Amino acid sequence: MSITYLEAIREAQATALREDPRVFIYGQDVGAFGGAFKATKNLAKEFPGRVLDSPISEDAMVGLSVGAAIEGMRPIIEMQFADFSTVGFNQIVNQAGTLFWRTNVPCPITVRLPFGGTSGGGPFHSQSLELIYAHYPGLVVLTPATVEDAYSMLLAAVAIDDPVIFCEHKFLYYHLKAEKLPTEALPIGKARIHREGRDLTIVTYSAMVHEADLAATELSAEGWEIEVVDLRSVKPLDTDTVIASVARTGRLLCVGEAWPWGGVTAEVIARVAGEGFGLLDVPPERLNAKDTPVPYHPDLWAAHRPTARAIAAAARKILRR
Amino acid sequence: MLQTVVDANPAGETATSHDSMLAAYRFMLRARLLDDKFAALYRAGKIHGGVFLGRGQEALSAAVGVSLKKTDVFAPLIRDAAGRLAFGETVLDAVRTYLGSSLGPMRGRDGNVHRGRPTEGYLPMLSHLGAMVSVVNGVLFARRMKGLSGMVGVTCLGDGATSTGSFHEALNQAAVEKLPLVLVLADNQYAYSTPTSRQFACHDLADKAIGYGVESHSVDGTDLAACLKTVGAAVARARAGHGPQLVVAKLLRLCGHGEHDDSNYIDPKFKNLPLGRDCLKVAEELLFREKILDAATLTVWRSQIIHEIDEAVATAQREPAPDPFTEDWRALASENLLETHLENAAR
Repeated sequence: MSITYLEAIREAQATALREDPRVFIYGQDVGAFGGAFKATKNLAKEFPGRVLDSPISEDAMVGLSVGAAIEGMRPIIEMQFADFSTVGFNQIVNQAGTLFWRTNVPCPITVRLPFGGTSGGGPFHSQSLELIYAHYPGLVVLTPATVEDAYSMLLAAVAIDDPVIFCEHKFLYYHLKAEKLPTEALPIGKARIHREGRDLTIVTYSAMVHEADLAATELSAEGWEIEVVDLRSVKPLDTDTVIASVARTGRLLCVGEAWPWGGVTAEVIARVAGEGFGLLDVPPERLNAKDTPVPYHPDLWAAHRPTARAIAAAARKILRR
Repeated sequence: MLQTVVDANPAGETATSHDSMLAAYRFMLRARLLDDKFAALYRAGKIHGGVFLGRGQEALSAAVGVSLKKTDVFAPLIRDAAGRLAFGETVLDAVRTYLGSSLGPMRGRDGNVHRGRPTEGYLPMLSHLGAMVSVVNGVLFARRMKGLSGMVGVTCLGDGATSTGSFHEALNQAAVEKLPLVLVLADNQYAYSTPTSRQFACHDLADKAIGYGVESHSVDGTDLAACLKTVGAAVARARAGHGPQLVVAKLLRLCGHGEHDDSNYIDPKFKNLPLGRDCLKVAEELLFREKILDAATLTVWRSQIIHEIDEAVATAQREPAPDPFTEDWRALASENLLETHLENAAR
């Protein structure tokens, strides 16, 4: 038996619904249809009255979840695509993100963002928005890269007393498989050493972990040992694990699928430069998508985002310095 | 089923309605005197940030507050001092928030009209207009899931807020879910400085109800008796399971958007129209005429209320301001998920 990243997300929601009567799911097409990606397949039938279709109203979806959270519920909101969450942006950052600070009342909502590029997705079905949510106070931003993390981190997200932006990568939905669901997990906020190495640290998250891993395999044929750090959580950001890795390798490359201006990669480099400057043997580098909307055609898309080949090329540049 | 209810002025008042008129009037008076105090404190430079008054909207707002039960949900807007008091807010909570006391409900983290106690069904507004409607929906939605019934949620907006996407999304959502929501619109002729002719093109905001499939009610917002009857009826309809109710009150804002605003853009013609009347004066005259209230009692009330407000101000002014050094600078409830490496992070 094997289980995909997408199935793990469905199973996590089924487990949350089964174990916690406060949990409900609200979003476009999540009911009888089971969601645009089938992440809520059969859940409406298994949990009557708790998996509900919403109107196409991202603002009101999030607003409703905040009200329900105030009332003690644990809502999960599915944004059909992360790109559309911008319509609900105000409710996420200004309503949910400020509630605890202003009133001391927690806001335990989980907003699921199917995000990231897939072939043919185009400008409005491909975006990576983790940075804009991480920028705002009062939000937790999770970016699972593995089937196991997709399951355990989504379950953890529902249990967190704060608004969680759960960034689940669409490219991993069907590609990524595991033998079984995990029974234990690293705590939220802890990064994971995905692959050990001594020559260069690649810090990344979500789908880029796998591109970085492929790049590391390519570079191992050339004799380089690359360490890949999977952040798992963009906010909070596990700076200690990153700096410990840089202390071992002396070289840093940060990779993100999001746009280059600002971003998680810039944040990681700023922290390493500030707290671990002396650990760096050469200047740190970062690799992001290009500063344009995400293109539709697969050939353009492959050149727009970092790929294993592009990561390997960037890594070689650092390794040869 | 769609129904538009236009309530006429109530005739043949009973003793009970006299009592409720009087109770509502007292909230109006308290709100007006509280607003006057905030305006004076603002002019004296004692308040940080803006001051936003409800002058001219007290009848509508008080009618909302007195129509609610403790177990209901209320998300007021900036001109709802009367409704807040009637829903149970203390003068001290209001004063502490305006003066930034660390002992107030917002602890100096937010101020002026941005105050509430969410766990008591009293929701603190955002500045983003229309944003509270779906939050009220969420509370009602959750209560229904928990098997609770017989409660309503009320939120107040102005004519300007009807132009927002949030308003549209949330009213439609409430209609789809048939939630016991009462949306009270104060059509006060101006959204800040923008006249209604630049805000919407429909004949009457009450007409919007048709498009959403919700019931609507129109009322003269300067007439306390009419507001009590109409808002009361809308709340009763929602409570009885007839779905969302839209109440549109026509009135005039008798102050600037905030105290920084001299409102010189208000067309003088409005002041001479019935909607330009001061609802407090109108109510007072009615209460005197009907011998429900006499001048001597009113004088006593005024001095009692002014004393209450002055006491609250004196109390809040003696209280500690929030201390940046003991402030925990924490925007998350989960202590274990705080950022530990940001320069200005909590720890």
